[in-house]
Amino acid sequence: MEQLKTNIGNLQLKNPVMTASGTFGYGTEYADFFDIAKLGGILVKGTTLHRREGNPYPRMAETPSGMLNAVGLQNKGVDYFVENIYPTIKDIDTNIIVNVSGSCIDDYVQTAEIINHLDKIPAIELNISCPNVKQGGMAFGVTTQGASEVVKAVRRVYDKTLIVKLSPNVTDITEIAKAVEAQGADSVSLINTLLGMAIDSERRKPVLSTITGGLSGPAVKPIALRMVWQTYKAVKIPIVGIGGIMTAADAIEFLLAGATAIEVGTANFIDPAVCSKIVDGIADYLNRHNIPSVKDLIGALEV
Amino acid sequence: MKKYQLDLIVVDNVMVGNSATLLTLTHSEPLPEMIAGQFAELQVDKAKVLLRRPISIHNVDKTTNTVEFLIQIVGEGTKELANLKKGDSLNVLLPLGNGFGYAGTTQSPLLIGGGVGVAPLLHLGKELKSRGITPTFLFGGRSKEHLLRLESFEAVGKVYVTTEDASLGEKGFVTNHSLLIDGDNYDKIFACGPTPMLKAVAAWAKEHEIACEVSLEHKMACGIGACLCCVENTEEGNVCVCKEGPVFSIDKLLWNN
Repeated sequence: MEQLKTNIGNLQLKNPVMTASGTFGYGTEYADFFDIAKLGGILVKGTTLHRREGNPYPRMAETPSGMLNAVGLQNKGVDYFVENIYPTIKDIDTNIIVNVSGSCIDDYVQTAEIINHLDKIPAIELNISCPNVKQGGMAFGVTTQGASEVVKAVRRVYDKTLIVKLSPNVTDITEIAKAVEAQGADSVSLINTLLGMAIDSERRKPVLSTITGGLSGPAVKPIALRMVWQTYKAVKIPIVGIGGIMTAADAIEFLLAGATAIEVGTANFIDPAVCSKIVDGIADYLNRHNIPSVKDLIGALEV
Repeated sequence: MKKYQLDLIVVDNVMVGNSATLLTLTHSEPLPEMIAGQFAELQVDKAKVLLRRPISIHNVDKTTNTVEFLIQIVGEGTKELANLKKGDSLNVLLPLGNGFGYAGTTQSPLLIGGGVGVAPLLHLGKELKSRGITPTFLFGGRSKEHLLRLESFEAVGKVYVTTEDASLGEKGFVTNHSLLIDGDNYDKIFACGPTPMLKAVAAWAKEHEIACEVSLEHKMACGIGACLCCVENTEEGNVCVCKEGPVFSIDKLLWNN
């Protein structure tokens, strides 16, 4: 379907629908529910240099129109990914993008360097915005200096498409976006989760083991849309819109606000085949409005 | 096992006691195979709660092509499920997780349930019976109204009960029941219920060197091993209850007893 094709710099996408890291496993978890090769891309689980056990249970709290999570980047480390997971997913006919996280700049650099050698991984998403790990993660994403340093260091060793995932837990997300653009990021994806909290009043205790966690789901969509719109006006690099997308209409709203592609996260938990429906829904929208290419929607908000 | 997303039709939905509902669903085509101990993720009206509700498979009837869920009504989501009417459509993911290891592992099983934790033990009991193995059930509840559907279990095997207030059966917890004085009568225990009960049962089973599997209930989002929210710490590190469980051999759990 020619009209759905888009691109993030050199990265060609068959459609703008991708899955958000941490909500889609390695893709194979969803293969019973739809043909995952139908996706524009799969952002696999956040990967770190060393194995991480993540945070203790409980890690999840359901909130009005949303959920908090405090998984804490549980993963078996990049070497395990390369040896055991990459061979099982590399031939899926879509863009397999690795979300890379770290606790210090050197961790990010070493992990990105290892992923750079994998032929079938055309891009990484640099996660400088995880709110659920004590050191690093979001610490890099909340100052222009921290964001600049990590992107500059990774850019030196990573020569494919570099997407940087931004935190909404900042005063002005456009400042961070401009800083990473200046260091050679090919794209920014936004937003990661919003730092939140849930309390069990009966027990007078926090619901999450970590007390605070990351809020996602439809509740965050208006904030995400606003941040995509602001960032679209501030940078020239393509934007990947993320935040509470449940339907094709939601996805189109992000495109109109300035996103080139989108990631679906929490919705995968509610309907494991939702991404397939969103791809079809975007095609229907284009046909209904006689729009020749999905690219024509990018930033096409009429204000 | 392949997982399915199906729009099932409500055949029946009746209250059991005053805080649980028995939801019976069918499908236009034959329902997939479901192993006792597996569960399903039931869609709730998204305007009410966002996430699906993970519910264990209570009973499967191939002759009527139905699956039953015994659901404790505890919050908004389960309240909505209890409000479903005959003929309503319900989107369900199933079968999920790993079931009990009952094929060829036991001749004299003891099935222990606490409260609504009896739910998966009916399907299990019937599966055992169909293999010529008569299960013994031991159920515990705070009082007799918390012991659900005893008559259905009595049709499958002998049922013993304990209640904390002595309103039915012996007084106390399941692990206090006189049935357990001579533990050598059983070669395997299958248990589901509140974690403190499961820990007590696991400790008893270890002490008597009887194989024991427990079904855990953790808060879940996806139900298919993607979100990593429902983890239990095991000898292999944090694993998803939805994917590696919900049934675990107690030897894998780090319960320190």
